[in-house]
Amino acid sequence: MTDAAEATTDIRHTQDGRTGRTVHFSVFRGVPGANASYVTYDVPEVEGMVVLDAIHYIQKNLDMDLACRWNCKAAKCGSCSAEVNGHPVLMCKTRVDDLPEGTITVAPMKTFPLVKDLVTDVSRNYKVNASITPFTPRKDEPTPWNIKQHDIERLYEFRKCIECFLCMDVCHILRNHDLHEEYYGPRYFVRMAGLEMHPMDDADRTEEIRTEGGIGFCNITKCCTDVCPEHIHITDNAIIPMKERVADRHWDPIRRMFTKKKESAKPGTAAE
Amino acid sequence: METPEIRSCDVLVIGAGGAGMRAAIAATEAGCSTIVVTKSLLGKAHTVMAEGGIAAALGNVDPDDDWKVHFADTMLGGQLLNNWRMVEIYAHEVIDRVRELENWGGLFDRTPSGGIMQRAFGAHSWKRLCHVGDRTGLELIRTCQDRLTATGKADVCMEYTLTKLVRSGDRVVGAIGYKRSDGGFVVIKAKAVVLATGGWGKMYRYTSNSWEGTGDGAAMAYEVGAELLDMEFIQFHPTGMIWPPGARGILVTEAVRGEGGYLYNSEGKRFMFEYDPKKLELSSRDVVARSIYKEVKAGRGTPHGGAYLDIRHRGAEYIKKKLPSMHEQFHALAAVDITKEPMEVAPTIHYTMGGIKVDAETAASTVPGLYAAGEVAGGLHGANRLGGNSLGDILVFGRRAGEAAADWAKSHEEGSVSDAELDAEQKRVLQPLATPEKGEGENPYLLHEALQWAMQDDAGIARTEESLNRSLTAIQEIKERAKNMHVPGGRTMNPGWHTCRDVESMLTVSEAIVRSAIERRESRGSQWRLDYLEKDPEQAKVNYVTYKNGDSMSVKPVPHDPLPKEKEELLHHSRFFEEKKA
Amino acid sequence: MAQDATTKWTPPEHTGLAKESAFQRLRRRAPWWLLPLTVVTVLSAFIVYGMWTAFFGGKVYSAPYLSPFYSPQIWWNGPVTPALWVLPFPLLFRATCYYYRKAYYRSFFWDPPACAVGEARKKPYKGETRFPLFLSNLHRYAMYLAVIVLIFLWIDAVAAFDLNGHFYFGLGTAIMVINCIFLSAYTFGCHSVRHLVGGCVDCYSRVRGGAKRYEGWKFITRLNEHHAMWAWLSLFSVVATDVYIRLVMTGIIIDPHF
Ligand SMILES: Cc1cc2nc3c(=O)[nH]c(=O)nc-3n(C[C@H](O)[C@H](O)[C@H](O)COP(=O)(O)OP(=O)(O)OC[C@H]3O[C@@H](n4cnc5c(N)ncnc54)[C@H](O)[C@@H]3O)c2cc1C
Ligand code: SF4
Ligand code: SF4
Ligand code: FES
Ligand code: FES
Repeated sequence: MTDAAEATTDIRHTQDGRTGRTVHFSVFRGVPGANASYVTYDVPEVEGMVVLDAIHYIQKNLDMDLACRWNCKAAKCGSCSAEVNGHPVLMCKTRVDDLPEGTITVAPMKTFPLVKDLVTDVSRNYKVNASITPFTPRKDEPTPWNIKQHDIERLYEFRKCIECFLCMDVCHILRNHDLHEEYYGPRYFVRMAGLEMHPMDDADRTEEIRTEGGIGFCNITKCCTDVCPEHIHITDNAIIPMKERVADRHWDPIRRMFTKKKESAKPGTAAE
Repeated sequence: METPEIRSCDVLVIGAGGAGMRAAIAATEAGCSTIVVTKSLLGKAHTVMAEGGIAAALGNVDPDDDWKVHFADTMLGGQLLNNWRMVEIYAHEVIDRVRELENWGGLFDRTPSGGIMQRAFGAHSWKRLCHVGDRTGLELIRTCQDRLTATGKADVCMEYTLTKLVRSGDRVVGAIGYKRSDGGFVVIKAKAVVLATGGWGKMYRYTSNSWEGTGDGAAMAYEVGAELLDMEFIQFHPTGMIWPPGARGILVTEAVRGEGGYLYNSEGKRFMFEYDPKKLELSSRDVVARSIYKEVKAGRGTPHGGAYLDIRHRGAEYIKKKLPSMHEQFHALAAVDITKEPMEVAPTIHYTMGGIKVDAETAASTVPGLYAAGEVAGGLHGANRLGGNSLGDILVFGRRAGEAAADWAKSHEEGSVSDAELDAEQKRVLQPLATPEKGEGENPYLLHEALQWAMQDDAGIARTEESLNRSLTAIQEIKERAKNMHVPGGRTMNPGWHTCRDVESMLTVSEAIVRSAIERRESRGSQWRLDYLEKDPEQAKVNYVTYKNGDSMSVKPVPHDPLPKEKEELLHHSRFFEEKKA
Repeated sequence: MAQDATTKWTPPEHTGLAKESAFQRLRRRAPWWLLPLTVVTVLSAFIVYGMWTAFFGGKVYSAPYLSPFYSPQIWWNGPVTPALWVLPFPLLFRATCYYYRKAYYRSFFWDPPACAVGEARKKPYKGETRFPLFLSNLHRYAMYLAVIVLIFLWIDAVAAFDLNGHFYFGLGTAIMVINCIFLSAYTFGCHSVRHLVGGCVDCYSRVRGGAKRYEGWKFITRLNEHHAMWAWLSLFSVVATDVYIRLVMTGIIIDPHF
């Protein structure tokens, strides 16, 4: 390189980070209705490599047609969900050197209909989301709102959700029992908990949670909590508190006598 | 020609980041039928990755702050190349936009008295960034998404790539594209189109952008005759991750420095004392990025060629509360515990100040019926953007674009898309799937990589006439090769095929960047010319505008509207006024 | 920012990439059925032991100690074993406890046995929407009863400091107190308690005593985070207390005391 070229060349790594090891990946390939199969690819390992890096390597060098979703590559957008060695994970956050030695299998999420390879059709999630009674602010609240930190401290957790749908994928009610019509799924109880506990929200979703939401189907087995990449305590902090609120309304005549319903509890009429 | 799916609406919004969604909310509220299109799923756009916060002069933490100081900081940060009227509108309105988010259910960190918490950021005079931990963008996009969903009136088309804007007569009447999932073509007819396709960082090797940052919007607008402004100004964020190799470029939020992080070189010296003794680590991004670059070039870099960013002195508890996702990101990707170890960082391409030239009041481009808002539009940030001004930008001008587009739609009829045009576009888009003309055809991924190196090394942080010419030659070469791109497989979710489209957009935009950078023979803001190290007072008066001139690309200097005398006084409100003048 | 340019700071040795701990590795490598198997074994053992001690074990009392299975002392000489009057409450409490529900759904009903491994049962799944499982919603009533029983256990533990009017402190006393602590941590870490104390409030700033309720909620949340641990610890401590007092009663061991 000439000196002049050297002057502008960006600072690069001095090492390429190759570890010298070759990792075998067995990746699901296929479209619905056709013969699906696992195809094996050999990928040279680089220090700190994540599964998504390997998929990109495959796309670039071995198989341009391998489909997967991704955006941020920094565990912030929740696009790259897949099942690596049978565990629902974000591919961009799963380091290859954290996995046991041997072939690494990568498959699409099982709960959602296949589109192609690692890509699934997650549109149902957006439909569920749209059916939830949206945020309904209290009326006559002077702006700017005055909200104390301790009133919303527990809500931050719910707002961390990146909609990766891994919890929906792992939940046995959807995954094994296919109760897609009866049960909203963990992600949406996270959202509803966030709305219900919002200090400025005025809607009442308790009935919705019990009936359309089908919260009774959840048997609190916590698989959703285990897979959440944002470490949201879905079961303990969202679902169980919502179950308790449903119990207040439905199973606890004593408490019902003492608590009056919120005045403007008109689900569905919000935000008009 | 195959028959496409045809849809029509009053307002077509291309892009579902913050700008697109805010525009769509405004358009539906104005009573227009609205279609929103995004290349990925809803809620995954760049906006979701923003960390630091939204700059708005609420004055909750520092009561001395107001819109005038914000105006002055932004103008000075942009080296007065900004469109001053845009900045004025912005500094005024962003305050309401932030409160509006809160009224839509968004949550921010709070001050003890119950207001929105604000933090310090580079080159802002006061603590100004409204934030929630280090995931403000997620909060913004989710709040807008919920709001958009709640109106129930906008039709969101996910995973559609639009490839061409359609012009009929002098105005834009819709767009052509395809569905990524099955490769089927769509035509969306619209009375007005809002472009909110975000920025372009993907033609560089080391970038904080996702695959979406390919500049489709700018390229499409350019093709229908819109003017592009200030394309030479690309922001290098000073702190991107550098190790492990796969994480290179991923952003380390400026909030780390905002919360008090220090930068050290390999000799253990806080080198910012030499480059900007007043603002230190919180100097503007161009200055900090160049400082790190210079340190590394002088041989004082870390083992992987960067600087150390150290926040340990704030204590583990505080770090985990204020910077949770940074803590998690380093832990998961680099196996570094930032409460115990410093981070290794180096500049990464982050943001594009330039973009489609728009009218300050209405966000209208130079082509009737076409509006642009958000990162894809130029003018607000001048030669350098201050952190936190983009999340505000997308809300303020997203809303204005949506409203103006709705107005336009109400007074215009639906246009028509000719079959000939549709046919030509289909042929062009499908070409890489056909048998290549020569040999095996070019691999789009490899072309992309070649382009990335050409831009990174020769049109990167440090530039010379010679290097820029070198990269221009490389771009031309790649353009030739790109004509022969070929990918195997069909049209169902074929990422190789999608990449072909991206490469074409990136080539157009790269050329605009390089050509403008050649013209600006001075160092200003993010443009650092080793062969013209000084600022040139003459060029301070112009913006460089890129436009389509027949079949080739031209760049011309256009004098900008100078800051009126009575507004000049406002600049004194910035705490950094004196040194900026010097 | 009062640090000056001369402050020297030693750049770190590159620490390299952290490796997972031996425990993490074990957990990741352990077969999925290990956990359900353990739960089944331990829970079954407890139930068998509980039944045995209640029906056939005879009264377990050795002054000043009273086995938790026999507290509170009611109908001491009645026709049925006193344990039967008391045992149902804690059992009901545990049977409807959110944590135990998870444990037995997974381990006994295999619904699911582990995450993402497929399911054995093919019957239509009803979760907790139908009889009898929807009765779990009455957990809070079981909690009220369990709190009453807990109060008696504390009374017993305190009473065990007194033998015929003299201060007494033996190993048994310590065991009884520890048992009560474990049981309290378990009982007050209950999700229903958490809900009633503060979880049901939407805006702490607008209810009476909101700040206190928030503090209370935070405290219970801290207990609740380790609810599973307290559940198991208290299960063992109840059995341990009973066994210990039984051994003292039958004279197999002599209670060391002051
Ligand atoms: C890592 C990171 C951190 C940041 N942190 C901050 C911060 O702290 N503060 C701040 O103010 N700013 C920050 N920014 C900048 C800010 O996030 C972005 O500038 C801003 O979000 C851009 O928003 P947008 O709506 O203009 O575009 P984007 O959010 O980029 O959205 C673009 C949309 O256009 C769609 N699109 C693009 N091309 C097409 C096509 N051909 N067809 C159909 N759809 C298309 C995409 O799918 C996407 O939905 C950050 C940026 C990054 C990358
Ligand atoms: S806890 Fe409930 S929602 Fe979560 S995985 Fe189990 S059944 Fe599904
Ligand atoms: S709750 Fe967690 S697992 Fe579920 S979608 Fe959100 S981030 Fe993903
Ligand atoms: S790519 Fe965004 S979460 Fe993995
Ligand atoms: S006792 Fe376990 S949740 Fe109530």
